Amino acid sequence: MEKQVADGLREVFQSGRSRPLQYRKQQLRALLRLITERQEDIEQALKQDLNRNTYNTSLFELISIENDIKLAESELGDWAAPRPVKKNLNSALDDVYIKPEPLGVVLIIGTWNYPWAMILQPLVGAIAAGNAAVLKPSELSEHSARLMKELLPLYLDKEMYQVVTGGVAETQELLKQRFDHIFYTGSSTVGKLVMEAAAHHLTPVTLELGGKSPCYIDKNCDIAVACRRITWGKFANCGQTCIAPDYILCEPSIQDRIVEEIQKTLLEFYQKDPKSSPDYCRIINTRHFDRVLALMNECTIALGGESDRSQCFIAPTVLKDVLPHFKIMQEEIFGPLLPIVTVNGLNEAIHFINAREKPLALYVFSSDKTVIKRMLTETSSGGVTVNDVLMHYTVDSLPFGGVGNSGMGRYHGRHTFDQLSHHRACLIKSFAMEGLNDARYPPLTAARLRKAKFFMQHRMCSCSGICVWAIIATLLAIGLLVALIVVLTVLI
Amino acid sequence: MESQKQVLERLRAAFRSGVTLPMHFRLTQLEAMMSLFEDNENQILEALHEDLAKPKFETVLSEIEIVVNDICYAISNLQTWMQPTYVGTNLATKLDDCFVRSEPLGVVLIIGAWNYPLHLILLPLIGAIAAGNCAILKPSEISRATEKLLAELIPKYLSQECYAVVCGGAEETKTLLENRFDHIFYTGSQSVARCILLAAAVHLTPVTLELGGKCPCLIYGRLDMKAAAKRLVWAKFFNTGQSCVAPDYVLCTTETRDALLPFIKEALESFYGSDPQQSPDLGRIVTDRHWDRLVELLKKSEGKIVIGGESDKKTKYIAPTVIVDVIESDALMQEEIFGPILPIITIKSLDEAINFVNEREKPLALYAFSDESQVVTTVLERTSSGGFCSNDGIVHMSLPGLPFGGVGASGMGNYHGRWGFETFSHKRGCMMRSWLLECVNVLRYPPYNESNLSWLRWATTAKKKGWAACSVM
Repeated sequence: MEKQVADGLREVFQSGRSRPLQYRKQQLRALLRLITERQEDIEQALKQDLNRNTYNTSLFELISIENDIKLAESELGDWAAPRPVKKNLNSALDDVYIKPEPLGVVLIIGTWNYPWAMILQPLVGAIAAGNAAVLKPSELSEHSARLMKELLPLYLDKEMYQVVTGGVAETQELLKQRFDHIFYTGSSTVGKLVMEAAAHHLTPVTLELGGKSPCYIDKNCDIAVACRRITWGKFANCGQTCIAPDYILCEPSIQDRIVEEIQKTLLEFYQKDPKSSPDYCRIINTRHFDRVLALMNECTIALGGESDRSQCFIAPTVLKDVLPHFKIMQEEIFGPLLPIVTVNGLNEAIHFINAREKPLALYVFSSDKTVIKRMLTETSSGGVTVNDVLMHYTVDSLPFGGVGNSGMGRYHGRHTFDQLSHHRACLIKSFAMEGLNDARYPPLTAARLRKAKFFMQHRMCSCSGICVWAIIATLLAIGLLVALIVVLTVLI
Repeated sequence: MESQKQVLERLRAAFRSGVTLPMHFRLTQLEAMMSLFEDNENQILEALHEDLAKPKFETVLSEIEIVVNDICYAISNLQTWMQPTYVGTNLATKLDDCFVRSEPLGVVLIIGAWNYPLHLILLPLIGAIAAGNCAILKPSEISRATEKLLAELIPKYLSQECYAVVCGGAEETKTLLENRFDHIFYTGSQSVARCILLAAAVHLTPVTLELGGKCPCLIYGRLDMKAAAKRLVWAKFFNTGQSCVAPDYVLCTTETRDALLPFIKEALESFYGSDPQQSPDLGRIVTDRHWDRLVELLKKSEGKIVIGGESDKKTKYIAPTVIVDVIESDALMQEEIFGPILPIITIKSLDEAINFVNEREKPLALYAFSDESQVVTTVLERTSSGGFCSNDGIVHMSLPGLPFGGVGASGMGNYHGRWGFETFSHKRGCMMRSWLLECVNVLRYPPYNESNLSWLRWATTAKKKGWAACSVM
């Protein structure tokens, strides 16, 4: 079945139907209609999958998809246009540009924590770039997967974009097929398997993975505001966000203050009993519930810690004095547990971060510019937000992606379009000026070699910063001046 | 002698020390690379001659000048490339700074190829250095003299802390690939590329693969036969056809073929004289094994040799050869030729030519020769390839403004000029939020309500062209 899907899509792609910009815009508009007209159904599915509140759904999924669609629709003309580049003397009269072209059939594998955004945002870029696409939503968010499979063919060209549902077996079968790009969001472990499968067909991949995103709180900062922002980012979606602040690093002297501020904020956000708050989500399933709960062993609970397996509920929990060798520090938490690891200042914090895999996101809270600068320049991560959390994800002009163990490639806004396009280098020459070409043809003579080198180089242009046209203009001006002098001389 | 692991550990320690980060360091290394070329031109000419009987002309243009140009381009532009790029923000984030930092990846591995043994390893190195990485170079063992030269010169000119050359064959490369790198840049064949990708998957290492394929050359419609022939012959027989972007085969009508052949003969004679074997401007096949493969292809081919066909095993010589009446199933059409043999396949229409190309793997380069711009446009619009050049061959790769790379089976990723810098960089999205306006952040905090959501929607919808949208304040 998976082979039929992939082969069928390839045939449809080769018909050329997805190339005209008009077609792509039409599909984007249809996608927008899907999420606006069926918003309630989507909210209902997410409520069943994650106990997600309707506002949370709009805030974290639908608004970003909508914005991406609108941006793509309005900018598509620019994005898809040929991009002229710098020339050398040899190519001064030629057309030289980069032409963005579709890749073909792309496979987008989604994940369960933001089942709509993680699959539809890449789809927006795939459509904009003129590709066909297979979507494989996560089976763990089964209501969303089922709804997506039902809705997509009702709005989009069902021959060009298809949803394949199923579990591990179906995904493995899909990965045996040949695609022109695979876009995967999920864990590093599965990311390696995806890359391995892609290797057989030499398929390029984008891997949006995870890791432990550190959050350093400097003692010189507004701790109250910092804690509010961190609490929001950590416990939204019950901590099940790839860029949630995974753990806090701070000096021992401010640990208690941090706990106090988080406590105040939790009360404000979810009231006394988060379990009955309509704004607090659940863990996706009992397997993850068990996994997250087990991470609390060995730890000292400063706040929260309550749980209810029947509801997959784990209270917003803060753990203090966590040590680096604890289990909770060995894997990405992906749940509502916030460990605090104490360090003696910025040097130790930087060293701690650099001793671990490069994370998807890094956060630093400080009023001291030197602290921020050092954190930025002495560490590496997919992205950074300073003095807040999650927010760099939301600016579509920033490329979003990981580095090292946290992933490869990037997307959002125009970056998705670029990621799912081939940038074809084009040199359009005429047969004119064949005389110039003599310089490069054998047999070798010293004169020919000198001429060939001269026309190839950029040194004249680049090093002095003067462009070709400035030189030509200058020569023309001198020529005109000489002509003028001659004319005047003759007249006089 | 250091083991591979020791080399890697040394480079990793150097990278961690931050020595490659300052612009001054990178510029010094690039200038040192320039000196490497300036001081050693004769040794370079000799090494390339020993490996491939490469004529001086070709070595200067395709191994020295092209690399030196790129070094200069990098030196002039490095400061700009290294600057963070500020991106648009909207009303909600006006008090914040959003920018993209270009950061080095760490320790990268660059595996070269034998056909342009200096160029294909040093051009990527320019990008790696410019982007602030450390690098291990693994030159091809097939081009032995150049391998030896690189092993001698790189430590002499570049920082030994940060850049190292590792020599060896398939076994050594396999062992090298078991280590963890932050990027692997490979130029070579598809079968080895698969192994490299599998090795990279173990460590989630991103890769750039510069592969090959059969680069078609469509010649159609009205054209300047003489110029077309000269350019085609130059591009095909440069480096004795051993170029990943050489026009592999020609597609044209019978009439065009018959009109073109005399001009091809004329061009060959003007380039290499009446006896190409005596010309100092024609190279040789790299090894006996490669020579055997090509001669075997010629034997198996059912086409008719109209030009050339002669060969001499002792000197690894194969004459510039043109074969006509080649059909799809011919031996010459089953693999990348990578030699001085040019099959001409006749087609009846442009559609037929385009379909022929599209039934095959996407090539690294595609050429269209025609004086009719509509023909060129049609070919460009209806095909896919790494790069495209009309009315000439190979030269598109000499422009550092253009990214050079494949698509599909011909590769992934690209380099040259700024693209090399980008390939070896991580583009880190950064947002510096203000401490102010925490009251406005309230809109996003629980307890959630309808009116907050409406405000958020309004404040974050992309209203104006060029403004970045911010989904959640």
